[in-house]
Amino acid sequence: MNPQQLSSDSFKSAIPAVWPICLGYFPIGLALGVLAQQAAIPWWAMALMSVLVFAGSAQFICVAMIVAGSSLWAMIGTTFIVNLRHVLMSSALAVYLHGVRRSFLALFSYGITDESFAVNMARFRAGNWTLFQALIVNHLANSVWILATVSGVLIGQLVPAGAFGIDYALVGMFICLLVFQLHGRLYVITALIAATVAVLWAWLIPGDSYIVGAAVCAATCGYLLQKRRGKS
Amino acid sequence: MSAAEYLFLFIGMGLVTYLPRALPLLYLSHKKMPQGLIDWLGYIPVAVLGALLAPILFIDTTIAAITFGKLEFLVAIPTLIFAVKTRSLGGTVLVGMFFYWLAGIFL
Repeated sequence: MNPQQLSSDSFKSAIPAVWPICLGYFPIGLALGVLAQQAAIPWWAMALMSVLVFAGSAQFICVAMIVAGSSLWAMIGTTFIVNLRHVLMSSALAVYLHGVRRSFLALFSYGITDESFAVNMARFRAGNWTLFQALIVNHLANSVWILATVSGVLIGQLVPAGAFGIDYALVGMFICLLVFQLHGRLYVITALIAATVAVLWAWLIPGDSYIVGAAVCAATCGYLLQKRRGKS
Repeated sequence: MSAAEYLFLFIGMGLVTYLPRALPLLYLSHKKMPQGLIDWLGYIPVAVLGALLAPILFIDTTIAAITFGKLEFLVAIPTLIFAVKTRSLGGTVLVGMFFYWLAGIFL
């Protein structure tokens, strides 16, 4: 890998990929900060948490558990379960990051979230997406997240909730990223299976296990259908 | 909680968040992956996105029921059409927000 790739050009060209994530993170980060402030969590603890953890849903659950007076080990255990889904994403990224230096990957992994994963995978698959652009996407999204969560603690209550439909930003982003992933009939079928299994699973089983459960089921169906089609 | 407790908690949470993100990538990126695994992983992004999105659109958490009448789902229809037609990520986000805001006013 060549250090010149880390130029202002790669920075600028990463912006169109990352601003939708930032737009989506801001209201969620603010909302998290407001909850933390109501739970008497100081701003510096929020900043520390967003730097060390950087995982939206786990952070929301953690704040709720602090309010409920849970033990520290229970919070760490819950975080582990909630974030296990990233094993799948990290593995899928390995296909495109094959043979890349481990020091780079160690830095890059820190920023693997649902959103950065989906954006970077779509770009990697489309081609001409460099490692540094992917890294910039991860770290800009993280910076905005830290800023938003800390702002939420300090000034969050001054911001009207749900202004300008901003609560829909991440949903809109997931919809478009899903469209980017529909490369053919088998992918459409896989998406429909994932959606159906996830809805039933989430309805029947409390918690976040539906994400990993439905994704593994659906990917396996897609793969088996592909193999069957290959043979016939 | 004291500062030391916060530090302990967040370091612990950070570790269990970071390791599942880092270990598969660090391991698999330096191994020859079997073609079957590569093919299977190729379906992971679409499967993860379908699994993340669908419950938001179809599960009403206030009454714990599956429904086709959620505002999130109704807004998703024009948003999806826009995404298919334009393939613009930023545009789709803005259009989705606009319809959601509009729907919140009129519905």
